[in-house]
Amino acid sequence: MSMARLGTFWNALPAWGRILLIGALIFLVPLIIAPIEARTSFGILTSLNRALIFVVLALGLNIVVGFAGLLDLGYAAFFAIGAYTFGILTWPRHGLELGFFMAIWVCALVAAVFGLIIGSPTLRLRGDYLAIVTLAFGEIVPILVRNLDDVTLRIGDWVLVEHFNLTNGTQGMSPLGKPDLSFIEALLPVEPGTLSVGFDPRAWYFIIVLLAVIVVFASRRLEASRLGRAWKAMRDDETAANFMGVDPIRTKLLAFAIGASFSGLAGAIFASMIQVISYEMFRFQVSIFLLIIVILSGAGSIYGVLIGGVIISTFDTILLAQVLPSMLPNVDIQQWRWVFFGAGLVLIMLFRPQGLFGGDRHGAARGTPTVTGVHGTPAHGTPTVTGAGAHGTPTAGTSGAHGTPTARTSQGPGAEAEP
Amino acid sequence: MSIALEIFIQQAIIGLTIGSYLALIALGYTMVYGIIGLINFAHGDIFAFGFFASLTIFGFFAPSQPFGAVGLLVLLPLVLLLTMLLAGGLNTAIYRIAYRPLRHAPRLAPLITAVGVSFALEALFAVWQGPSQINYPRYFPDVNILSDWLGLDTFIILSTKDLFLFAVTIPLMIGLTVFVERTRLGKAMRACAQDREAAALVGINVDKVITTTFFIGGALAGAAGLVWGLYINSGRFLMGFEAGLLAFTAAVVGGIGNIRGAVLGAFIIGMLKAMSDLYISGEWTRIVIFGALILLLVFKPSGILGASEAPEKL
Repeated sequence: MSMARLGTFWNALPAWGRILLIGALIFLVPLIIAPIEARTSFGILTSLNRALIFVVLALGLNIVVGFAGLLDLGYAAFFAIGAYTFGILTWPRHGLELGFFMAIWVCALVAAVFGLIIGSPTLRLRGDYLAIVTLAFGEIVPILVRNLDDVTLRIGDWVLVEHFNLTNGTQGMSPLGKPDLSFIEALLPVEPGTLSVGFDPRAWYFIIVLLAVIVVFASRRLEASRLGRAWKAMRDDETAANFMGVDPIRTKLLAFAIGASFSGLAGAIFASMIQVISYEMFRFQVSIFLLIIVILSGAGSIYGVLIGGVIISTFDTILLAQVLPSMLPNVDIQQWRWVFFGAGLVLIMLFRPQGLFGGDRHGAARGTPTVTGVHGTPAHGTPTVTGAGAHGTPTAGTSGAHGTPTARTSQGPGAEAEP
Repeated sequence: MSIALEIFIQQAIIGLTIGSYLALIALGYTMVYGIIGLINFAHGDIFAFGFFASLTIFGFFAPSQPFGAVGLLVLLPLVLLLTMLLAGGLNTAIYRIAYRPLRHAPRLAPLITAVGVSFALEALFAVWQGPSQINYPRYFPDVNILSDWLGLDTFIILSTKDLFLFAVTIPLMIGLTVFVERTRLGKAMRACAQDREAAALVGINVDKVITTTFFIGGALAGAAGLVWGLYINSGRFLMGFEAGLLAFTAAVVGGIGNIRGAVLGAFIIGMLKAMSDLYISGEWTRIVIFGALILLLVFKPSGILGASEAPEKL
C-alpha cells in the first residue's frame, strides 16, 4: 500500500520536482554508501559502478531488442569493440594516448560503424537466423581481439605492418587512459586533490550516472521519434510496416548502429574505469546477461530496463558476489551463485513471461504477427497502453506497467488450454 | 604414402570423430527447433550430464581399466542404456517444468528460460563434480588397429576407441532417421513440425509428441556424453556449453529442423575444425567455423539441406 501512496505522491509532483527529487537521490547515493563501506569490507560503490555500466549496456540493447525487435545474442561484441578501441587509442605503448573525453566519442563512432558492418549481412534474415548470426559475431570478436597481437599485413612485396601488437593478446591491455576529474572536486563535498586522476569510485559514479542520463534521454527521444515508431512498427509486423513505407534496411541498420554506439561508449568508460581489459571479459555470457536484464525487466520499456537493470546487476555484483559470501563463509557461494541465478531466471519467466516491468505485451522481438487486440485472450494478455509506462505520465502507474489482473489470469487458462 | 597425406588422413579421422559426437547433440537441437521453434540452450548441458552421469555410474561398478570381457559386453551396454534413460528423463523433466508452461508466452520467454536452465545445470555440475578439469578413466581399450593389428607401416592412428565411437553414434543416427521417417510416432513428429495446430486437429497428441522429442533428443545427447567421455577421457562442467554451441552451429549449417541436415552439418563442422586446427591454427578455428556460418547464412539462410525459402517458423 505504501507503494501506492508513493505513486500518488509521485504523480502529484510537477516535472521539475521529479527531476529534482531523482537528482537529489542520485547525489546522495555515494554519501549513503560511504559509511557502510567504512564499516564493512565491501567495495559497494565500485560494484555499483560496474552494475551501472551494465545498465547502460542493457539500455543500448533495449533499442535493438526492445524497440526494433531484432534478437541480438552477440551484443557484447560492441562492448568489446568500444573497450578495445579505447585501449588502442590510449595504451601508452601505442603512443597515441588520446585524451579520455576525446577517445570515448571515437569509441562510440567506431562501435557504430561496426554495428553497420555486423548489421548489414543480417538484413536479409529474420527472427532466429538473425539471432544466430549475431551470436556468431559475438563469438568471433573476442577471439579476434585475442589473436590480433601479432598482425602482419602485406600486399605483394609491400609490407604494411609486420608483427604489430595491436591488442596485446592474452595478456590484456593495461594501463589505459584516465580522465582528469579535478573539475568534479569543485562540485563535490570532498577535500581537493583526493579525486585527482580517475581512481576514486565516487568520481566514476558521477560519470557513469551522467552517461546513464544521456542514454535514457536519447532513448526517450528516439522512442518518440519517427524512427522509434518505425522500429516498433517493424517489430510488431515487418511486412505491414514495409507496406506502410518503413524502409526495413535503413531502419534495421540504424537500430544496430545506435545500439552499438551506446555499447561502445559504455565499453570505453568501462575500460578506463577498470584499467585493464582482456578478451575474456566480453564472452557470450555477457551478451546473455544483458539480454536477461532486458527481457526480465520488460523489453521495450526504458524505465523498466533501467530499474530492472539496477536491481538485477546490483543483485549480482553486490549481493551474490560480496554480501552473501561474507555472511555464509562456509559455503562456496561462487558455485551456488549461478544455480540460484539460473533458477531465479526460470521462475521469473514462468510467472511473468512479459518481464517484471513489461507493460508492453505485444511480443517484443516476437518477429511474427500474432492475433492481438482480442480482449482477454489468454495467450496474449491484454493490449495494455503501450508506451504509456515509458513516458511516466500520470496514468502510467495504473495502466501501463500494472495491467496484472488480466496478465495473471493468462497463466491459468494458458497452461490449461494444453491438451 | 607421403607424410603430408598421412597427416591429412589422420586429421580427417579426427574430424569424423568430432562430427559423429556433435551429430548426436545436433539432432536434439534440430528436432526441438523443428517442432516448437525453440533454441534449446540447455541441450548442450544434457550432453555434459551424460558425461558426468555415466562417469558416476561406472565409478559405482568400479570396472577394471581397460574393460574385461564382462565390462565390454555387459556393463558398457547397460551403462549406456541407463545414461540415455537418465538424460532423456532429465530433458523431458526440463521441458515439463520450464518450457511447457510458456508455450503461449512471448517469443523470447522460453529462450531466456532455457538460458536459465543452462546456467543452473552448469552450476550444479560445478558443485557436483568440481569446477576444474576432471578425468574420465580410460575404461575402453585403446589399440591402434592399423599398425598393431594389421601391421601396416603408417603413422596414421585408427584406434579401437575411434571404432567404438562410430559403432555407437552411427547406428543411433540411422535408428533415429528410420524412427522419424518410418514409424507412426515419427510421422506424428513430422506433422507437428509442419503445423502444430493442424496436427492437433487431426487427432495427434501434440504434447505427447513434444515430450517424446525431448526424451529422444536428451537420450542421444546423453549417449554422446558417455562415448565422448570414453573417447577423450577428460571433461569440465562447461563442456556442455562449448559442445552445444558447435552442435547448434552444425544444426543451422545443415538446415535447422532437418534431421539429415543436422548430421551432415555436424560432419562439416567436425571436418572444418580438424582441418583448421591443422592448416591454419587452433587459435583461429572458432573464427573459421563461425565465419563460415555467417557466410552460409547470408547466402543460404535456410542451411544446406533446409527448405529453399527461408522458413519463418512461428
